[in-house]
Amino acid sequence: MNTQFWVVQAFNGISYGALLFLVGSGLSLIFGVMRIVNLSHGSYFLLGGYVALSVISGTGSWALSLPVAALAIAVVGIAMERLFLRSEGFESLRNAALALGLGILFALAIQAWKPNIVGSRPEFIVVAAVASVVLYFLLSRISVVAIETDVLRQVLLTVGFAFLFQQAALDIWGGNNMDIVPPAELTRSVVVGGIYLPLYRIFMIAMAVAIGIALWLAMEKTRMGAAVRATVDDAQMARGVGIDTNRISMFIFALGAFLAALGGVIGGAFLGIYPGLDFEMLPLAFAVVIIGGMGSLGGAAIGALAVGLADNFGKALFPEVSYFTLYAPMVLILAIKPTGLFGRD
Amino acid sequence: MESQRIKILIVAVIMVALALIVPKSGSFVVLLATRAMAFAIVAMSLDILLGFTGLASLGQAAYFGVGAYLCAVLATKFHFGLGWDFWIVVVLGILIGMALAAVFGLFAIRASGVYFLMITLALGQCVWGLAYRWNSLTGGDNGINMTGRPNFGIDLSNEVTWFYLVFAFFTVSLLLLYLLVRSPFGKSLAGIRERELRMQILGYNTWLHKYIAFIIAGGFGGLAGVLWAHTNGHVSPETVVLTTSVDALLMVVLGGAGTLVGGAIGAAIVFGLREYLSTLVPWWQYVLGGVYVLTILYLPTGLMGIPERIRQARAGRKKAPGQSGDAKKLASVPS
Repeated sequence: MNTQFWVVQAFNGISYGALLFLVGSGLSLIFGVMRIVNLSHGSYFLLGGYVALSVISGTGSWALSLPVAALAIAVVGIAMERLFLRSEGFESLRNAALALGLGILFALAIQAWKPNIVGSRPEFIVVAAVASVVLYFLLSRISVVAIETDVLRQVLLTVGFAFLFQQAALDIWGGNNMDIVPPAELTRSVVVGGIYLPLYRIFMIAMAVAIGIALWLAMEKTRMGAAVRATVDDAQMARGVGIDTNRISMFIFALGAFLAALGGVIGGAFLGIYPGLDFEMLPLAFAVVIIGGMGSLGGAAIGALAVGLADNFGKALFPEVSYFTLYAPMVLILAIKPTGLFGRD
Repeated sequence: MESQRIKILIVAVIMVALALIVPKSGSFVVLLATRAMAFAIVAMSLDILLGFTGLASLGQAAYFGVGAYLCAVLATKFHFGLGWDFWIVVVLGILIGMALAAVFGLFAIRASGVYFLMITLALGQCVWGLAYRWNSLTGGDNGINMTGRPNFGIDLSNEVTWFYLVFAFFTVSLLLLYLLVRSPFGKSLAGIRERELRMQILGYNTWLHKYIAFIIAGGFGGLAGVLWAHTNGHVSPETVVLTTSVDALLMVVLGGAGTLVGGAIGAAIVFGLREYLSTLVPWWQYVLGGVYVLTILYLPTGLMGIPERIRQARAGRKKAPGQSGDAKKLASVPS
């Protein structure tokens, strides 16, 4: 245990923290603005990685996969937010989406049960379409109680989506452990003061710092950012003074999904991309959010750094209780200051 | 009161039917029912918190997990609990669940709403972290393989015998929890759920009430864990993982929070889907995810709430439109 050990571990911890910042900052903003506890945030991370894999195998460009994956998942996030988490305005579209999904499931079930009835593709489509239409009218008759104010139902709804995403990812990309290979220039190491540091981890830190600064500038210096901060502080008042909180919540949800997916592409290079990664990242992202305080960007940065370092040093120094040393401080912070270190009441 | 008697009668008939039909239905169904019943105890204990006290705990798997790990560690490392001493393990399992809840409750009970959710999640993750990493005690990711079921004159390795034992524990738990919610203590819990401030003004120590409810739920969780360890024959970090806690929550909401048997119905449906459907089709998880989404959106009061919703819809149609008591009724459902 010499200086080198501490330097290398600290460096690894900081770079892991950089990754966690990408996942955690979005989750934190989503909670701060919308009071939504989003348990499908880990899925955005994983799906981002998978989409990037497809882009890389299709075009061969790693640099292209970053924005494409992040934007694709941002669209998924918007769809989820508009159709399911905010109910007003899109009821019929939501019912249609659900009816279509259920109709296809129904057709699949018939196919598995009686293959002779639904054998060919046209038959399958007809059965699915008929079932969808029937289900659509059925679902339209049931009134949906608003979900905005009910934390528990939001949690369970987002978990439901996490399961759906999990299965979809399994169907599309299979269950194997895959790796995102960054370009060769980033896989080299640099020597700083006699210590080899992987360039890729430096890139991760730089990326997180750049995004952190950009987010901070957007939050502090732009009109949009001021509106977001106002919504975090008091959504009702913000609406009262004419801020369109509805649009802000959509924007923030998209941003959160965007950042998580970006994290998935970047993190996929050294974590790998595999089924189950979603629910591995999720509690870590929550640790970041809780330590830093929900809705606070600076808090998310500090929280990410703390979790990254605690995770690395914990695993290196006392492996048997390493996760305990990560989550126990989270409990203490919550017990002493429920709003987190930098959260406002 | 009359309808209450009818409900009890229905539950009793279903229980007797289960006890008679399941053992004759093949080993797959017996095992499925045993697992669902063991887990249903967790779901029902969570209902005490969620449905009757209004506390949405996202870490109920922790108590379940310590019970299971206690049983597994004692059996494999100390050969304890494989004869008559199984009953001591059951008591120890309940006690360890209660002890853990007593410690965790000190941190958690102060919080409310989303912070309660978060802190129970963090506490659950603490236990998961230990289970996952503490290799020398828990076997880490691989978990612990049990060496066999207890045998004290009655050989519990027989699946049907074991089913009857779990069934008995399930029945007793249901009965005890029912007595609990009908007791004055249970009534004050419901009062806290409806309006905590009012109960405080009336002079109730609401913190203590919630704390005791939390400990009781932990005890039943520990009991379920012991049963689970022997049912499964294998204990792994899967038992304490976040999704197990979430599953328990869904079961309660799916069946109907605040109904006790709702948790059991939810457990039966979720286990049925997960274990039976997964043997039939590869896309079973779409169904599970779909159940989550549909339940939350269209069935906020759960399956047990369906008759009430239909009744209200009928009553609402007779009255002038827009006068239905639907919204008000649903608003008072604990969340």
